[in-house]
Amino acid sequence: MSSFSRSGRVVALVCVIASLFAACGTSATLDSSLPTEAVSVGASVAPTTTAPAPVTIVVFAATSLTASFNDMKAAFQAAYPYITVTTSYGASSALAANINNGAPADVFASADITNMNRINTVGAKTPFARNRLEIMVQPGNPKGINTLADLARPGVLYVTAAAGVPIRNYSDQALASAAVTVTPVSLEANVGAIVTKITSGNADAGIVYRTDVIAAGSSAVGVVIPDANNVVAEYPIAIASGSTHQAEADLFINFVLSAAGQNLLTGRGFIGK
Amino acid sequence: MSAIYPGRSTRRRTRRGRSRPPVAAVLLASVAVLFFALPLLGIVIRAPWRSVWHIVNASEVRQAVWLSLKCSLTATSLSFVFGIPLAWVLARANFPGRGAVRALCTMSMVLPPVVGGVALFFSLGRKGLVGQYLYRWFGFMLPFTTWGVIVAQTFVAMPFLVLTVEAALRQFDPRLDDAARSLGGSPWYVFRRVTLPSIRPALIAGLVLCWARALGEFGATITFAGNYPGTTQTMPVITYLAIDTNPEQALVLSLLLIAISFAVLVGLRDRWLGTGANAGAASFGGAAS
Repeated sequence: MSSFSRSGRVVALVCVIASLFAACGTSATLDSSLPTEAVSVGASVAPTTTAPAPVTIVVFAATSLTASFNDMKAAFQAAYPYITVTTSYGASSALAANINNGAPADVFASADITNMNRINTVGAKTPFARNRLEIMVQPGNPKGINTLADLARPGVLYVTAAAGVPIRNYSDQALASAAVTVTPVSLEANVGAIVTKITSGNADAGIVYRTDVIAAGSSAVGVVIPDANNVVAEYPIAIASGSTHQAEADLFINFVLSAAGQNLLTGRGFIGK
Repeated sequence: MSAIYPGRSTRRRTRRGRSRPPVAAVLLASVAVLFFALPLLGIVIRAPWRSVWHIVNASEVRQAVWLSLKCSLTATSLSFVFGIPLAWVLARANFPGRGAVRALCTMSMVLPPVVGGVALFFSLGRKGLVGQYLYRWFGFMLPFTTWGVIVAQTFVAMPFLVLTVEAALRQFDPRLDDAARSLGGSPWYVFRRVTLPSIRPALIAGLVLCWARALGEFGATITFAGNYPGTTQTMPVITYLAIDTNPEQALVLSLLLIAISFAVLVGLRDRWLGTGANAGAASFGGAAS
């Protein structure tokens, strides 16, 4: 008898857990059916009258946007207190793969158009920032690296990213235009990992974005790549088609494109749209 | 103590035979089984079976498989050389702070591997605590080298061997060692001919688990050693990166790793937990006669 009632309690517990999951499911579907018609609300329209219900949007952004999108998130949340922004950074290729596998992204900010084109979007894919490449070396440039060709010198530990990651494609373009062939010692998952390998002192050099050199501060220095061999990385932003908060996602994108948003980007070393 | 064992295990067996598990336990257990079965099923169903051979035969995959085998077997050998003495010391030697030493030496088992990678970075990297001298004096550095992979794998895998063997050594009656030694056997001879054979099942289980853990090592490897085909790109690393650009390759590699893990566990059967002690006791009896 007592063991029966105990097992009955366990079954009840299972039911409670199951119903919790079910409840989560329903609330998610309710949310998705909410305000899709309000997509055209402009960033200039400040939230007035009654406070809207709190909303959380998920922004997937390229690793190189980490610092500037942390700024962006803070400024945007200050302007729209009812919207919470959750950011997730990674290689644009990894983020695109995640989105295609059902990751709940509302906004995708990619470091190249190739990876943006891999996902389904709603509305325009708008260019919002540009970036330049630089060679990142250790403080004091102990290996005396001054040109792309120096990367190919024996004894220089050069790191780049795995195939598909935007910085890899941009770096390969720059190296090809200078007719330099380099054998890397490692193919990292994203540009952030390239930076870490250099700032930690393990690798000698890597091609990264100018914004990464600025963000690294005193732990690394940049070597300028001449315009003739340099590449302009163009960053597009769009609403992911799976977004359940398209109105708020649109607000965020408009904020990125606004003067305030552009200032945050140029403040971190990006070239404005 | 060991004389009680058979009686106790028979009693347990008969009780288990008679009672029926409660419905709730069976239901919850079924959920747990599904929880583990579904992800595997997902891979098995989605795997591009027609192109499996083609993908496995691609040079970078073959390179990764070969590198993984080479590194994991070396890591297992290193774990054997250093881990067995460690297990012996932990099981037999009485010294203050033994618990702390055990915790220290097995922490990497529960540590997120990426933390292990970061720790290796700051200790054995080119600018690390010890690594800077390795580089300055010998021009030798671990990051971006196959040895870096082996070090990362040994770091996370050795505790599996140490804990398994230590547990077996504790079950094993030290008086047998004493007897053998009193008959004139040198400590090394006694260890090799009496102790080791009697813990053989646990030793094998520990080695296999250690090897499987080394084979699956990812976080510490990519953080510390990097990723380059033929040098540091092991199977888990290539799998992780392939998810983004070549999902079919990722699926096939996952399938391969699952098959290996499954074979390992089926091969070990119940040597890992519980019955390992009985198996040890059985061969202990054999050694005694």
